[in-house]
Amino acid sequence: MSLAADIAAIWAFIIAFAVFVYVVMDGFDLGLGILFPLFPAKADRDIIMNSVAPVWDGNQTWLVLGGGGIMAAFPLAYAILMPALYTPIIAMLIGLIFRGVAFEFRWRVSGQRNLWDLAFAGGAWLAALAQGIALGAILQGVHVEARHYAGGWWDWLTPFSILTGISLVIGYALLGATWLVLKTEGALRDRAYHLCWYLLFAMLAAIGTVSIATPFLSIQYAQRWFTWPNVILTAPVPIAVALVTVLLLRALANRQDSQPFYLTLVLFALSYAGLGISMYPYIVPQSITIWQAAAPESSQIFLLVGVAVLIPLILAYTGWAYWVFRGKVRAGSGYH
Amino acid sequence: MFEGWDAVVLARAQFAFTMSFHIVFPAFSIGLASYLAVLEARWLLTGREVFLNLFNYWLKIFAIGFGMGVVSGIVMAYQFGTNWSAFADKTGPVIGPLMGYEVLTAFFLEAGFLGVMLFGLDRVGPKLHFLATLMVAIGTLISAFWILSANSWMQTPTGYAVNPDGQFVAASWLKVIFNPSFPYRLVHMVLAAYLTTALVVGAVGAFHLLGDPHLAGPRVMFSMAMWMATLVAPIQIIAGDLHGLNTLEYQPVKIMGMEGHYQSHPDGAPLILFGLPDQKAGEVKYALEIPRMGSLILKHSPDAPMPGLDTVPRENWPPVPITFWSFRIMVGIGFLMFGLGLFSLWCRWRGTLFQSRLLHVLALLMGPAGFVAVLAGWITTESGRQPFTVYGLLRTAESSAPLAAPAVGSSLLAFVIVYFVVYAAGLTYMLRLMAQPPHPGELGPPTEVPTRTAGITPAIEGLPR
Repeated sequence: MSLAADIAAIWAFIIAFAVFVYVVMDGFDLGLGILFPLFPAKADRDIIMNSVAPVWDGNQTWLVLGGGGIMAAFPLAYAILMPALYTPIIAMLIGLIFRGVAFEFRWRVSGQRNLWDLAFAGGAWLAALAQGIALGAILQGVHVEARHYAGGWWDWLTPFSILTGISLVIGYALLGATWLVLKTEGALRDRAYHLCWYLLFAMLAAIGTVSIATPFLSIQYAQRWFTWPNVILTAPVPIAVALVTVLLLRALANRQDSQPFYLTLVLFALSYAGLGISMYPYIVPQSITIWQAAAPESSQIFLLVGVAVLIPLILAYTGWAYWVFRGKVRAGSGYH
Repeated sequence: MFEGWDAVVLARAQFAFTMSFHIVFPAFSIGLASYLAVLEARWLLTGREVFLNLFNYWLKIFAIGFGMGVVSGIVMAYQFGTNWSAFADKTGPVIGPLMGYEVLTAFFLEAGFLGVMLFGLDRVGPKLHFLATLMVAIGTLISAFWILSANSWMQTPTGYAVNPDGQFVAASWLKVIFNPSFPYRLVHMVLAAYLTTALVVGAVGAFHLLGDPHLAGPRVMFSMAMWMATLVAPIQIIAGDLHGLNTLEYQPVKIMGMEGHYQSHPDGAPLILFGLPDQKAGEVKYALEIPRMGSLILKHSPDAPMPGLDTVPRENWPPVPITFWSFRIMVGIGFLMFGLGLFSLWCRWRGTLFQSRLLHVLALLMGPAGFVAVLAGWITTESGRQPFTVYGLLRTAESSAPLAAPAVGSSLLAFVIVYFVVYAAGLTYMLRLMAQPPHPGELGPPTEVPTRTAGITPAIEGLPR
């Protein structure tokens, strides 16, 4: 394996890392929006918004790093996937616009009914659904000719992509509910606990269904998961999912506020690892590998230097920002 | 819908529309973040409450503008892939890392410290809070650095090679980043952002001074804004002139478009002040011109020959009617800013800075002028490099995604509707905040219900703190 091939693999890992950090961090922001209709009281909604208001923008920035990183390190994949996922991407962007501006705009409207609450919830639903659909559309493969996408602008719409769309909405909702358990108190936390039970079982059903459906998409996925000696590598994933589920159920039953959120993160990590096992080394499944899509070495190395130095720094000051706003969010905890 | 339309034209319309809405917010954020840092620094140094009040006052407005800039910026980043995928494939190895560095060095810095800047003063104390404000301000400037480097490389590409796949690759990153037009564009844009913000701050100050010339907050902000206009507007005119000379050297066809020089002038070109460029006929109708002045300004010699668009193949012409007029709007507003700065200096010297109603009315009218100038300037430079995305190397028509017109048209329509709803609301909220004068004890961005009595569950209230 040449040096260039190694760097492409490193970049695939960096992109995967950025997208994962986005999924879990903006995942709980979006999850709060998804759950918004279940918390109609203005006081509850104020607390829910306050729990992420200082950090949501940083969480969302990982999406820009994921997209920008693909354009820099795998420009061919960016050029093929973006037109292929045209409608879901546009829908996601519009959802994120409504979700994002709602953080500021909702404070500018007085009264119990607030249209920007609707924008926050609707934007979150749209963005989450679109992201899940985009994931499914990537997994099922896109029509590529030469160096560009050659399919239509509705190819992404299949039962499988709808399934992954709904699954991601459920997953984000669970992240949001466990975040509320972590960050709130009293009746609000009680209701969040209650929701966690339903959402955990829904999430397990979603993981199961997607896992069963994926091998039917392509013989490559089936071979990756079920042939010897791959099984040694793949079998621990479902076993670990079962283990984490048991821990999560126990944490919910014992009402240990901090545990459900972090265990849900592990659940996401395991599902994500499963996706990685299915896709690697393709970046456009069944047609373009990471090496075929890789940018020239000069580009990958140039940005890699920045990533190596800056990502630890970013994680440090992001961690500091979370530390500043640590603990339970209380009504009236903003300023005095 | 949109069957039979040209997908490239629709994609260009979408880029122009989303970009125009986006750019005004970064321009405002760059200026306002620096202004907030200055206000907080002066508060920390002097301990005068008026600076803290002004800081909190503008912080609320900043939060709204910044949020709109962020969400419309994500659209721009993804649009390279969705509508311009051939461009993304071919230039990704060069443009991608520049934008990657923008995310790593600027976006995370801004976003990471924004929360503390908006909500954290009580939690971290004034000194750390000032650090957060400073980081956000520096982040906006770093962001300008990278994105203008990327844009400038598209205008004046250097330091590249082309690989067998037809992709641009970097031969020298230093030459890519510090390409010939970059320093000029960076200075011109950052100064534009500062002037734009100064005009907004000045207009808000003037508005409240018209009501009551004794208000402390409006007096401070108006004075600061007018100093900015007085000092920076002349610098901006010089920077703009140097930028123009740089463009003449590296993109002479763009200058031909801006000046309306369809014809070559071997014995010295006139300066066409006004006229109606006719692209089809290849001439400026009803031209009001000063003979040889064009050569004098651009070449510093009245007899210097200036080639015109008649030396350029027609398929490489920029849309002259657009660049001709957008350039004049930008320059005209630049001189109005200069005039406002001079007038304010005169009033200041006479001691009527806070009393002159004429000055306040003029400053109020000039409030949105910076945004118009920024837009006109960007229209000039972006239309002027047409029909190329990478100047002279990659044509716009070869940059677009393999999409059918209905897809591009539908998304354009969706963005138009969403942007008008969202931006109308945002603008209304910002203007409402500006309509109130800053008052003693001004609070920062809201994080809780204004009235605390209703709606809070007893369970939360009853818990020990």
